[in-house]
Amino acid sequence: MEPYILFSNTSRAIVFNMQTRAVQRMLDFDILCGREIPSVAAIVNPGNPGTHQAHWGKGELLIPIYSTIGEATQAHPDIDVMVNFASFRSAYPSTKEAILNDRIRVVAVIAEGVPERRARELAHLAKSKGKVIIGPATVGGIGAGTFKIGNTAGTLENIKEQRLYRRGSVGLVTKSGGLLNEMFNIVSHNTDGVFEGIAIGGDKFPGSSLLDHLLRYEANPKVKMLVALGELGGDEEYKVVEAMNKGLLTKPLVFWVMGTCSKVFPTEVQFGHAGAKAGSDKETADAKNAALKKAGAIIPSSFDALGDEIARTFLKLKDEGKIVPVKEPETLPNIPMDYADALKKGVIRKPTSFMTTISDDRGEEVNYAGYPISELIHNGKGIGDVISLLWFGRPFPKWAADFMEMVLMIVADHGPAVSGAHNAIIAARAGKDVISSLASGMLTIGPRFGGAIDDCAKFMNDARTRGLDPRGFVEEMKVKNILIPGIGHRVKSLENPDGRVTLLIEYARKNFPKTDTLDFAIGVQALTTQKKSNLILNVDGTIGVMMVDMLRSVGYYTDDEIKRIINDGYLNSFFVIGRSIGLIGHILDQKRNNQRLYRHPWEDILYMVDRKE
Amino acid sequence: MMPKYGAEGSYIEADPVQVTAETDLDKLPEEHPWLENKRLVVKPDQLFGKRGKSGLVLLDASFKEAGKFISQKMGKQAKVGKVSGILTNFIIEEFIPHKIEYYAAIKMDADGDHVLFSTKGGMNIEEVWDSIREAVIVPLGKQELDPEPLIKEIPTEERKVVGPFLKGMYQYFAKHDLTLLELNPFTIVDGKVRALDMRTMLDDTAAFQNAGVWEGVEFPSPFGREPTKEEAFIKSLDEKTGASLKLTILNPEGRVWTMVAGGGASVVYADTIVDKGFSKELANYGEYSGDPSTEETYLYARTLLSLMTKEKHKSGKDKILIIGGGIANFTDVANTFTGIIQALKEYNDKMKQVGVRIYVRRGGPNYKAGLEKMRTLGKELGLNIKVFGPEAHMTHIIPMALEEDEKGVK
Repeated sequence: MEPYILFSNTSRAIVFNMQTRAVQRMLDFDILCGREIPSVAAIVNPGNPGTHQAHWGKGELLIPIYSTIGEATQAHPDIDVMVNFASFRSAYPSTKEAILNDRIRVVAVIAEGVPERRARELAHLAKSKGKVIIGPATVGGIGAGTFKIGNTAGTLENIKEQRLYRRGSVGLVTKSGGLLNEMFNIVSHNTDGVFEGIAIGGDKFPGSSLLDHLLRYEANPKVKMLVALGELGGDEEYKVVEAMNKGLLTKPLVFWVMGTCSKVFPTEVQFGHAGAKAGSDKETADAKNAALKKAGAIIPSSFDALGDEIARTFLKLKDEGKIVPVKEPETLPNIPMDYADALKKGVIRKPTSFMTTISDDRGEEVNYAGYPISELIHNGKGIGDVISLLWFGRPFPKWAADFMEMVLMIVADHGPAVSGAHNAIIAARAGKDVISSLASGMLTIGPRFGGAIDDCAKFMNDARTRGLDPRGFVEEMKVKNILIPGIGHRVKSLENPDGRVTLLIEYARKNFPKTDTLDFAIGVQALTTQKKSNLILNVDGTIGVMMVDMLRSVGYYTDDEIKRIINDGYLNSFFVIGRSIGLIGHILDQKRNNQRLYRHPWEDILYMVDRKE
Repeated sequence: MMPKYGAEGSYIEADPVQVTAETDLDKLPEEHPWLENKRLVVKPDQLFGKRGKSGLVLLDASFKEAGKFISQKMGKQAKVGKVSGILTNFIIEEFIPHKIEYYAAIKMDADGDHVLFSTKGGMNIEEVWDSIREAVIVPLGKQELDPEPLIKEIPTEERKVVGPFLKGMYQYFAKHDLTLLELNPFTIVDGKVRALDMRTMLDDTAAFQNAGVWEGVEFPSPFGREPTKEEAFIKSLDEKTGASLKLTILNPEGRVWTMVAGGGASVVYADTIVDKGFSKELANYGEYSGDPSTEETYLYARTLLSLMTKEKHKSGKDKILIIGGGIANFTDVANTFTGIIQALKEYNDKMKQVGVRIYVRRGGPNYKAGLEKMRTLGKELGLNIKVFGPEAHMTHIIPMALEEDEKGVK
C-alpha cells in the first residue's frame, strides 16, 4: 500500500476495549460502503476473551474478543489498524504495544487526558517506526467509502447526508474532533465530497500533525484539494507555512485557524482544548491566519465564509478539468434500524412475550401490585399482606392477612420424621447446599404428603356448592370409596381435641364474615366421629375449609373463581411456603451440628434378592 | 523532593510562609520564629510574573516592614502587563544576600525537553538571552541530563554543586510530569543551591501518575478579574458534573449573547461575531457539552437569560441570543433543548420587556424534532425565533442576526 494511504476497503481493525456501539457503527458504515469484509476483525478486552455478537447488515456475525493485541494480530494477520478506546490511564501502554506490533500501521487514540509526556513519547515512537497515530483526544476520522474510525461522523443518517459512503476529491484535516462532523457538512455542501477526513485531536502533542496529513493528501493523486481547520496555540500551522514555502504543498489549500475571538478576552481563557491557548502573539489565530495567507493558503474572511471559499476553490478545479466526476452508487444498501432506536422513535410495535400483574421494578422502588415496599413497611403491613398482593394481586382485609400468617405458622414444621424434613435432612447430611437440600424435601410434597389442605378444600367446597348436606356428602364418598381428606387424626379425638384446630375455629367464628364451608366440615365431623372418635376434622382440613371461607368472605370472587383458585394450587402454596421455613430449619440444624453422611443400616432393610450362582 | 533525585546535599529547601487575607500577621512569628530574627523578602504568590518590574517585591525587610507592605497591597488591584487583578496571596521568605544570580529552566516542547542555563539570571534575563546555554533531551533517548556542557563557564567549585543539582532537577522534572520549571535566579550559599524565585507548571492530566507526589497541590485560577456571581455559579455546576459548562462574561452591556453547544463550535461562533466587527457587542463566551442533564442545561440557560434580561439595551435595539451548535455525533438534540426551552418559557416576559431576537442552529440525532420544538415555542410564546438545521452553514445565523439588526428588524 502507498505510504500516503491510511485506509483501504480491506483495512481491518482491532477495537481496543468493549465499545460495542462503536463497533456496530463501524460495521454499519461498512455495509453502506459495500465493503465485503467487516472492518472490525477483533476486539481486545484485556482479561476477558470471548466473542461479541454484532449485526452485519441484515445478518449477524461473531467478532472474536482477545485478551491481548498480540493474540489478535496473530489470529488475524490482515489487521493493520487499531481503534484504541482505552481510558486515559491505559491509553499509553496499549498504544505503545500496538505501535511496536509489526502488523499495525495506524492507531487512533480516542481518550482525552493522556499525560502530555506520554503522548509526546508515543508520537516520536510512531514516527521512528513509520507509523501513524491519530489523536489522542479525538473522535478519529474516516476514509470515505472505505473505513471509519469508531464513532466518527455520527449517525448513519448523517453519513448518508454527507455522502461519506463514497470518495470525493477533498482531503480534510481538523484539530477539533467535535467540529469534524460540521466540516464534513461544509465540504459535502460545497464540493463533490470528502476523500478522507481526520481530526488530530486538541492536545498539545498530537500523535500526527495537521501537516502530516496534508502531506499525505498532497501525495495522493486522488485528492485534488485540501481543507484544514486549525486553532490558536502551538505551532502546527507554522509547520504548514514552512512546507508551503518549501513548495511541499502545491494543491489548493483552504485553511481557517479558529480562536480569532481571543483578542477580545480580558484574561487568558482556556478554550475547550488543552492545546488551545495562545502562549505568545505568534500563537494567536490572527497571526496564524495571516502567515498561512502569506504562504499562499486560501483564508476566508471568517469561519462564516469558509464554505464559500471551499466552493470557489472546488469550482475552479472543476473548470480546469481537474476533477474526476464521482460515480454515485445507484442505490444504497438498506440498513435496518436498531430495534431499540425504532422502539424509542415509536415507529414499530410488537406484542410482548411476557406479562405481569403483580409487581413492577422499573421505577425508583419496586412495588407489589402498585404498593411501594417502603410504604407497606411504613404502614405496618406483614407477610400476610405481601402474600395477598403478590398471590392475589390485591390487598386483603387485616383479618384475612392475619389468618394467612397464622396458617404459615401452623404448617411451618411437623418434626424431623415426616418425609419432607427427612429428605431435607438426608440431603443436608450428604453435604448438599441449602437450596439442594430444601428442593429435596420440597419434592416430597404431593398427593400423599402435604396435600390434605388442597384436597379437603376441593371436596368440601364442591359438595357445598352442589348443595349436598354433610350426610349426602359422606354417603357419596363412601360409594366412591374415597377416604374423606382432612378427616382423621392419629391420636387426637373429640374428647382430646387438637389445640390448633380449636384456635382456628375460634378465630373464624370471631372474625370471618362467612363460615359456611367450615360449618359444613363440622357437620361431616359429627357424622364420622359417630363411627370412630378419632375421625375428627384435623388441622389440614380446617385450614382447607377456612381458606375457602376466607376467599368467599373477602367478597372478590365467585364460586367458580374460588374453584379455579383451588385448582391452580393456591392452597398448597401455603403449605409449601410455610413448610420451607421448617425444612430450612432442619437443614441448618444438621449443618450446625456437623452431622455426617447418613447410611441406612442393613438390618433395617429387607433384602429379598436371590443370589444367582 | 529534589534531593531524592541525585541532587543530594546540593540543594536547600526554602521554607516560605504563605499569607492570604485570612492570615493573622501578628500571630505568624509564634509559628515561624525566624520571621523576627532574619531579614525578609515579600512578594505576591499568584499566577503572574514580572513582579520585580511591577514593583511588587520587597527586599531586605524586617518583619514589621513586611507586614506593612502586605497590608497595603492585600486585596488591592494590581496591573501586570495587560492584565489587572486583585492581590490575594503573598509569600515571605528569608532574604539571602548574594552575588551569584544563575538562571535555570526546563520546558517541555514537541521535540524534547529543553534545559536552559545562564550565569546571568535575574529579572533582566530576557535582555541577556544570548547568554543561555541549552541542552535538548529527546523523548526516545535516555531521559537523563549531562549538565557539563551547560556549565562549562562557571568555576570548578560551583560546577561541583550546580552539575548534580541540574541533573537531579531534570530527573525530577521528567519523572513527575512537570511541563515547565524555572529558577530565576538561584544562588549558592555554603556550597548549596538556593532558589531565590521559582515557578513551575504541572500537566494536570498526569495527576493519576503522581498520587502522593503532588499531594495537596492546588491549581489556582489565572490572575485577573474576579469571577462574577454568575460565572462562579456556572463554574460550581461544571465542577459537579461530568459534562462541560463554561461561562465568561465579556461585556454585560453587550447585545449579542451566545449559548453554544460544543467546545469547538462555541469558539467559532465567538470568532465570527468578532470577525464581523461586533466584538464590542459580544456579551459572553460560553459553551455546554458532554451531554449535560436537562436540569443542568436549564440552570445554564437560566443564568444566561437572567443576565441578558437585566435591562433594555441603551440603544433601544433588540438583544440577540444565539443558540448555536454544530452537528452533534450522538447527543439527542431534542433532549438537550428541553432544558433551554424550560428557561426560555420562564424568562418569556422579561425577554419581551427588553426585546430579544433568538437565532437557533443545530444538527445531529433527532435534530428535526428539536428544531420543531423551538419553532413551536416561538409561536406559543410569541417570541421572535428563527430556526435552522444543517442545511444552513453553522455560523450563518450570525450575519443574518447582524444584518437584520442593521435593517432595523424588530
